[in-house]
Amino acid sequence: MTSLRRRLLMLLVAATGVVWLCAVVWIYVGSRSELEHVLDTRLQEAARMVHSLVASGNIAAAATATTMPPGGDAGYDRQLSCQIWSLDGRLLARSSGAPPETLAENNEGFATREVNGEPWRVYTIVDPAKDVRVAVGDRIGLRDRLVRDLVIGLAAPAILVIPLLGLLIWLSLRAGLKPLNAIAGEIAARDGDDMRPVAAQAAPLEIRPLIAALNGLFDKVSVARRHERDITAFAAHELRTPLAGLKTQAQIALAATDDAVRNGALRQILVSVDRTSRLARQLLALAKLEARQKSSTAGTVNVGSVLRDAMSVVQTPDGVAVEADPDLDKLNVAGEAETLQLILRNLHENAVAHMRGPGRVAWRVLPDKNGISVEDDGPGIPDDELPLVTQRFYRGRTRSLSGTGLGLTIAQMAAERLGIRLVLVNREGGLGLRGALIWAQPPKDRRKSPES
Amino acid sequence: MRILVVEDDPVLSDGLKVGLGLAGWTVDNVSRLDDARAAVGGMCFDMIVLDLMLPDGSGLELLSEMRARGDATPVLLLTAIDETPDRIRGLDAGADDYLGKPFDLDELAARLRALARRRSGRADPVLRVGGITLDPAALTATFDGESLDLSRRELAVLSALMERPGMIRSRAELEDRLYGWQEEIGSNAVEVHIHNLRAKIGRDTIETVRGLGYRIRRPS
Repeated sequence: MTSLRRRLLMLLVAATGVVWLCAVVWIYVGSRSELEHVLDTRLQEAARMVHSLVASGNIAAAATATTMPPGGDAGYDRQLSCQIWSLDGRLLARSSGAPPETLAENNEGFATREVNGEPWRVYTIVDPAKDVRVAVGDRIGLRDRLVRDLVIGLAAPAILVIPLLGLLIWLSLRAGLKPLNAIAGEIAARDGDDMRPVAAQAAPLEIRPLIAALNGLFDKVSVARRHERDITAFAAHELRTPLAGLKTQAQIALAATDDAVRNGALRQILVSVDRTSRLARQLLALAKLEARQKSSTAGTVNVGSVLRDAMSVVQTPDGVAVEADPDLDKLNVAGEAETLQLILRNLHENAVAHMRGPGRVAWRVLPDKNGISVEDDGPGIPDDELPLVTQRFYRGRTRSLSGTGLGLTIAQMAAERLGIRLVLVNREGGLGLRGALIWAQPPKDRRKSPES
Repeated sequence: MRILVVEDDPVLSDGLKVGLGLAGWTVDNVSRLDDARAAVGGMCFDMIVLDLMLPDGSGLELLSEMRARGDATPVLLLTAIDETPDRIRGLDAGADDYLGKPFDLDELAARLRALARRRSGRADPVLRVGGITLDPAALTATFDGESLDLSRRELAVLSALMERPGMIRSRAELEDRLYGWQEEIGSNAVEVHIHNLRAKIGRDTIETVRGLGYRIRRPS
């Protein structure tokens, strides 16, 4: 798990550290070049001073002049060394502490050279008139120490300050992240049913998108829950109401003294048992469909013959004419006959059940030959209910007396299994419903069916 | 007593009409919320048995509307959703009782009798006026300790009069209680039942108030 606070702390401390480091490097480089300049000037001054003393003839005084007076900084004792040479190479004098080896270069000016394994910085003045060469030098090691001491002096407080800075950053982060903790606390304290949106106005700008996303999720979850509750309620209604009817009629049959009343009750029991067995059949079909995620699309079936099988088990009420387009027999589709028959039977049952009085149920091939349609003369489905009718147990305002609320659910689900799109629309003019089955892959049209 | 049953399942609806009829009530059926609204607005029912899930809406809508306009007709909710929160919601919406499907017809009848009793402010389940007793549960009546042999309609007339002794019941009121919507009413049906009742419990017990109706004489 990543902690935002730890991450921010690391980033801030690292960034601060880098800034400090850059500052130290800058100071180091800057001080060093400044110091070189100052020390070089000192070398030059000292060399000129010695030269002027040599010019006045006092070689011994000149050699000691460059020796630091005692009592200076012990660490930087005897910084400068001076040698006075004759031009023919005799050492005329040297300051105490100066190495006996020659520091001098043959040419005038600054030079860096190695003496006794130590790097030296030397300034040389050559005076042919007086036959002397004056060389003044200092150890580069000493110069480095000077710079190092300077940088350590500056960096030491920084080393102490960094942990303090870290602590301050940590405390600031804790204060800064308080609104986040407050919202987390609010959400954590809720119980599972509390889907009220989190107030976004009081939240900091940066986490508002998060809150908006969270509220969106809350919305979706509560809609899903309501949906689930609705389905449970519909299911309870559809399952328990026929049982209540059965029980009531059975009690009447038992209690009735009049034969007519008893027979009436028994007839109602038969009606109810028929309905309940259809409900049981549909529940089983639904369970079976749910068990298989995908139906085999291997093999080819003839739509016309499957439709005839499907229609043969549905009773057609008096006054209702069923029409089937002869072109349906020329339509062969991939898939299992059993699943296709389930779709067609439930669509046909639905169409027939919604006929109010005489009318026509018509099955046709779509003009594009990419599917089939069924139209009825029933009341249709109110537009706001169209998306809901394929939900299980949903029975709209135009419900039929004997429906179970499962027929269209089964048709839809079975169609999905075969990769067929089920489209339900109200017919133009508000007369009846039109259900279309559209194949994703066009059916093999106009091919002779195997049977015919 | 006249009961409105609002239930969309045809078998159950028929069962309630016949079953509650056997228990001594006159029952009218409607299967849609709109029809129920029209029925409740158009006439006076003694009680309403209301299903919650109707094709065109929830029975709770009708209940709330009735209660909002001060209609105090006792309502018994009949529903498949009988989880405790649903019962609470139904009762708080103004229902007087709640019964989950499937239910026992006898229990439903008993609950309706209890609602009727509560509505008329009686504690005694048996109606008693003078020497007459009427037991709505057993559908029996006695006169001076002797058991009376009464038809269903005669019992209904007697019970209507005994519920409010001393108060006048008009002929139309009695007809409403005796006959449902689809039933043919003879022009002098109420008079015939009153005549038959008088023959069994004595001429003076039921008094005719000319032009207004009938009332049962309160014992002096």
